[in-house]
Amino acid sequence: MTPSDVGPVSPGELLRADRAGRRFGDVVAVEDVTMSVRAGEVVGLLGANGAGKTTLIRMLLGLIATSAGEVALLGGPPDRVRRTRLGYVPQGLGLYGDLTVRENLTFSAQAYGSTAPRLPEALRGAADRLVTALPLGLQRQLAFVCALAHDPLVLVLDEPTSGVDALARAALWDTIHEQAERGVGVLVTTHAMQEAEQCDRLLLMSRARLVAQGSEADIIGSTTAVAVRTDDWAHAFAVLDEAGLPAMLAGRDVRVADADADRVRQVLSDAGVNAEVGAVPATIEERMRVLAGA
Amino acid sequence: MTYAIRSAVVRFGDTLALDDVTLEVEPGSVVAVVGGDGAGKTTLLRSLVGRLRLEHGEVDAPSRQQIGYLPATAGSWPALTVAQNMDFVGGAYGLSGTALSTRRDELLGRAGLLDVVDRPASQLSGGMRRKLGFSMAMLHEPLLLVLDEPSTGVDPVSRVDLWRLVSEAAAAGAAVVMSTTYLDEAERAATLLALDGGRVLASGTRAEVLGSFEGVVERTATPRRRDWAWRRGREFHEYWPGEDAPRDATALVPDLEDVVIALSLLRRRRYGLVS
Repeated sequence: MTPSDVGPVSPGELLRADRAGRRFGDVVAVEDVTMSVRAGEVVGLLGANGAGKTTLIRMLLGLIATSAGEVALLGGPPDRVRRTRLGYVPQGLGLYGDLTVRENLTFSAQAYGSTAPRLPEALRGAADRLVTALPLGLQRQLAFVCALAHDPLVLVLDEPTSGVDALARAALWDTIHEQAERGVGVLVTTHAMQEAEQCDRLLLMSRARLVAQGSEADIIGSTTAVAVRTDDWAHAFAVLDEAGLPAMLAGRDVRVADADADRVRQVLSDAGVNAEVGAVPATIEERMRVLAGA
Repeated sequence: MTYAIRSAVVRFGDTLALDDVTLEVEPGSVVAVVGGDGAGKTTLLRSLVGRLRLEHGEVDAPSRQQIGYLPATAGSWPALTVAQNMDFVGGAYGLSGTALSTRRDELLGRAGLLDVVDRPASQLSGGMRRKLGFSMAMLHEPLLLVLDEPSTGVDPVSRVDLWRLVSEAAAAGAAVVMSTTYLDEAERAATLLALDGGRVLASGTRAEVLGSFEGVVERTATPRRRDWAWRRGREFHEYWPGEDAPRDATALVPDLEDVVIALSLLRRRRYGLVS
């Protein structure tokens, strides 16, 4: 079998986990996860650290074995040959710091049996510089170029936009969407909740399990938070804090996650704080906190 | 008393790291400094706490003893336990005995770290380590609290906890300056300062930043000028900085993400920089 013979078996299903689980000794890292990524889809994988995201990804890529259930890459076991149709950007970017930009690209292309592509404009001037000497934004661009050089069918990105500015982030998302439009299936983890909107579908993991999936609205569901508008936010904050209500600052307002508006109103009025109190839809982070049982 | 750094200019060799940057913060409020790697956030914060000399400009800050500072890296000693880290810093600020242990336990309790007081900092998760660093910076009840990317790399659940701690510090009267790469986090602060390449892109309250934005952002499936457009999900937003937006453009109300991207594009075009 050559890399070009490998294609998805069921049309479009590029990554699949079927009741997949993984234990490390007594620790259950992933339990009973069923999910898939189809061709042309951008799927966001969200969850706290330790929720099992990276273990799930490593199983899907065949870097570690499952201890329960099954995973499939391009319709079959994630073996070496199938992995040649995969583009992967790990959190640490996977670049060689003491090689130059050009050397990294050549090495990566050779490993996948393809030829090194032309460098994008932004990197051309830096072709002969060592990767360690590059700003983070350029390193990230290079990691993307390396991951895309062999025309992968599946793209797996672990926190691709961490630490970069809004413009660089927009450029990276441009690349991700362009790939999806070409039919590539993309699985991406992120800690930036504003990026949830960039995904066609979200998967939310908590404590080793998949606890919610769908659009951002599907995941938030009917969870609400309480918004408190007052001229005396510091006082309101202290009063709510005293009552054990998890208050947070939001601009010049106070926000209480996972609480009942009537209770908040009562606590504030008992303390003589003048405030407008109302229920508002929760943010996805607040929903995650509820699901995480924090 | 407003703390501030005004018209700050800092140069490292040939690189202009800060170019005429002003930041002001009132007690009992939070200012967010937002930007990416290399925007100048750390340089600005280090100048504010007196760790860097300005080439030009002035700093109005309380004495070193009244400043709490969480650097972008570290913030705690890996080989020391949580309790030892706190006690060491407390000692450095002249706290001891019950005063120290009461304050220490209160802060660690709020940060959710009381169960791990005997664990070395090196064995904490990223989120826990940032919360420890935060607690250390807060230990001596500083008037000015300066936090360099307290939440970078911290997962969304821990980030909510950190934001609560920041809110509490401001509610207790501290003037808080924090940097972040997350725009949604900046939106929660009373005011924000967006930096790009050492220059101010925008500053003020969220409403002021959105209100002072000039030009039109269009929603479109097929951008007319690709280099002025960016994706929001499956559609594009395209920026028309001047009066030249086409008549049939579907203008939208830009959010902070749109505004910061649009202003970054404009600045880079203006200075002939490639992103």
